[in-house]
Amino acid sequence: MTAVVAEHDDHHDHHDHGPEKGILRWIITTNHKDIGTMYLVFALIMFFVGGTMALIIRSELFEPGLQFVDPQFFNSMTTMHALVMVFGAVMPAFVGLANWMIPMMIGAPDMALPRMNNMSFWMLVAGVLLLAATLFMEGGAPAGGWTLYPPLVLQTGKALPFAIFSVHMLGISSIMGAINVIATIFNMRAPGMTLMKMPLFVWTWLITAFLLIAIMPVFAGAVTMLLTDRFFDTSFFNAAGGGDPVLYQHIFWFFGHPEVYVMILPTFGVASTIIPVFARKPLFGYASMVYATAAIAFLSFIVWAHHMFTVGLPIAGELYFMYATMLIAIPTGVKVFNWTATMWKGEMTFETPMLFSIAFVVLFTMGGFTGLMMSVAPADFQYHDTYFIVAHFHYTLVPASVFILMASGYYWLPKWTGNMYDERIGRLHFWLSAISVNILFFPQHFLGLAGMPRRIPDYAIQFADWNMVSSIGAFIYGFSQLLFVYIVIDTIRGGTGKATAEVWEDASKHGLEWTVPSPAPYHTFTTPPEIIPTEHV
Amino acid sequence: MSQDLERKNSKIVTKLVLVVLVMFGFGYALVPLYDVLCDITGQNIKLQAAADSETEFTVDESREITVEFITAINEKTPMEFRAETRTMKVHPGKYYTVNFYAKNITNNPIKAQAIPSISPGLAEEFFKKIQCFCFETQTFQAKEEKKMPVRFAVNPKLPERYKIITLSYTFFDRTNITEN
Repeated sequence: MTAVVAEHDDHHDHHDHGPEKGILRWIITTNHKDIGTMYLVFALIMFFVGGTMALIIRSELFEPGLQFVDPQFFNSMTTMHALVMVFGAVMPAFVGLANWMIPMMIGAPDMALPRMNNMSFWMLVAGVLLLAATLFMEGGAPAGGWTLYPPLVLQTGKALPFAIFSVHMLGISSIMGAINVIATIFNMRAPGMTLMKMPLFVWTWLITAFLLIAIMPVFAGAVTMLLTDRFFDTSFFNAAGGGDPVLYQHIFWFFGHPEVYVMILPTFGVASTIIPVFARKPLFGYASMVYATAAIAFLSFIVWAHHMFTVGLPIAGELYFMYATMLIAIPTGVKVFNWTATMWKGEMTFETPMLFSIAFVVLFTMGGFTGLMMSVAPADFQYHDTYFIVAHFHYTLVPASVFILMASGYYWLPKWTGNMYDERIGRLHFWLSAISVNILFFPQHFLGLAGMPRRIPDYAIQFADWNMVSSIGAFIYGFSQLLFVYIVIDTIRGGTGKATAEVWEDASKHGLEWTVPSPAPYHTFTTPPEIIPTEHV
Repeated sequence: MSQDLERKNSKIVTKLVLVVLVMFGFGYALVPLYDVLCDITGQNIKLQAAADSETEFTVDESREITVEFITAINEKTPMEFRAETRTMKVHPGKYYTVNFYAKNITNNPIKAQAIPSISPGLAEEFFKKIQCFCFETQTFQAKEEKKMPVRFAVNPKLPERYKIITLSYTFFDRTNITEN
């Protein structure tokens, strides 16, 4: 492999140069690796901002009664926590991975549209800052839930138009990122890298990018309607003018359901990339993984009303959305089966990325099962807007998307920095996270089934014990994430030694990124690599 | 970047931007689409446009239905609003009139629209209103007080399982809303 590596390195075109010096490098860069790094660092910062909001929520809920914050601010925290985590942390983190890894995985020198790439990053920063600024405005930040349902959200104070413009900017940023991913994958693949040879991370991102360009404009439309309802006397959602607030829920969830898959499909892609390396086997059922991803993406567009079983849908509608939702379990089941089959009789080793990936398979499946419970329309009336749904989607986001983001951090850090991270602290981070995340979210199932409503700062006395357990788990989970920050900084400064080009045993069989030296040079694949015949079946 | 790649990129970007614009339009297209679907499924009858004519039903003296009246104003409407009676027992098929009182508490004229809602929703089609202040926007002069009748009957075909029907009105201020 080293021979191949050396060859690539020497083929740098003579006009290529390294990064600009100083701060300007980061502001004007069009390099996919720089932009990827900025996305990832930004996402990590936002993960801690959103996490702090979550800890404010859990502190208030530690015991019944009102302790620390007033209810309006509590509701702002639930709303802002969700918006920051979705639009500021998880989505940008995956865009960062896409920037770093997609060109290297398909043998391209950079993203197809590098200047737009820079613009979409800085637009994201501006959008998130605008959103954060609403916390300091008269009337407080939006407090009606991240779904921004009218008429409640229309009672937001001065912050409403700023929150809406922030959503517009985040949407434009995502759309630009998605267009860039699609153009890169369609136009920049190295000769011989056919679509069905692409690593699954690339495949899942391609499908995610199509979801994004289909749904983000719909969301932008929905919030624009809120804006005109509030300031220009239109009546899209205002009953007095012949509108209907339920219409907003339909439009929102037409965006919202595919949106949750925007966060989970790249997760699936990374898991499908990491598990084969540490099981030392090719991925089981590569083609079925691609088709299952496409099937999940398609189904996501036709199941939205399962978020609103209780608004008074016609019976036929309840039945349709119930059965359509249940269908999603089939392609998802195919994926879980394939990951398990990949590990089956593999020569597994349990480095930190693999530990996080295995925990993802187990805990995501649990989150999937509670989703299946809620797809049963008559049963959903009990679960709706309780802590049961909170437990469900946190299981599909924290020990799924966030765990896999951590896994990808550990998996690719040696390639990014050229140094190995400290495996012992990595495993400590894993075990603390895996145990505390269950202490944090598992009791919320019980609370929800017993009837504790979400987004309320106080609760009846019978919910006290499990809330206390959950809050303790939250603090352990939150503070143990600081270990990850420590590891990243430590690895950048040298870690436990230099990483080889391949980093993980035989990794170069699994992806082109492992054929370039570690750290990856500023420019890679300026001449297309030769595609080694892959061993996916 | 080669000329060829640049052309391919701008082609794909043009196509994808078109998709984005179409989907933005689709979000707005959902608005009329929603009304059509509500119409087809008979759900969520938002505004009864005009009065029905008084059809003769055979009065069913053997059954009694409780009809409840709830009044509300949305938080921005500067009015007082109440029903003359909170509940009444009615025989299916017979016409009744109940009065509502509303008052403009400001010193300026206002326009307001009452939005009805019937619960349980599936009983809605059996509740027949032939006169209602909710059929049109009401104008109130400064401090004006109005007595407004609603004339209704419950269709005798109402399934046995419905014993109580609740009729709720919410007054919305639409002084600043342009009529369309």
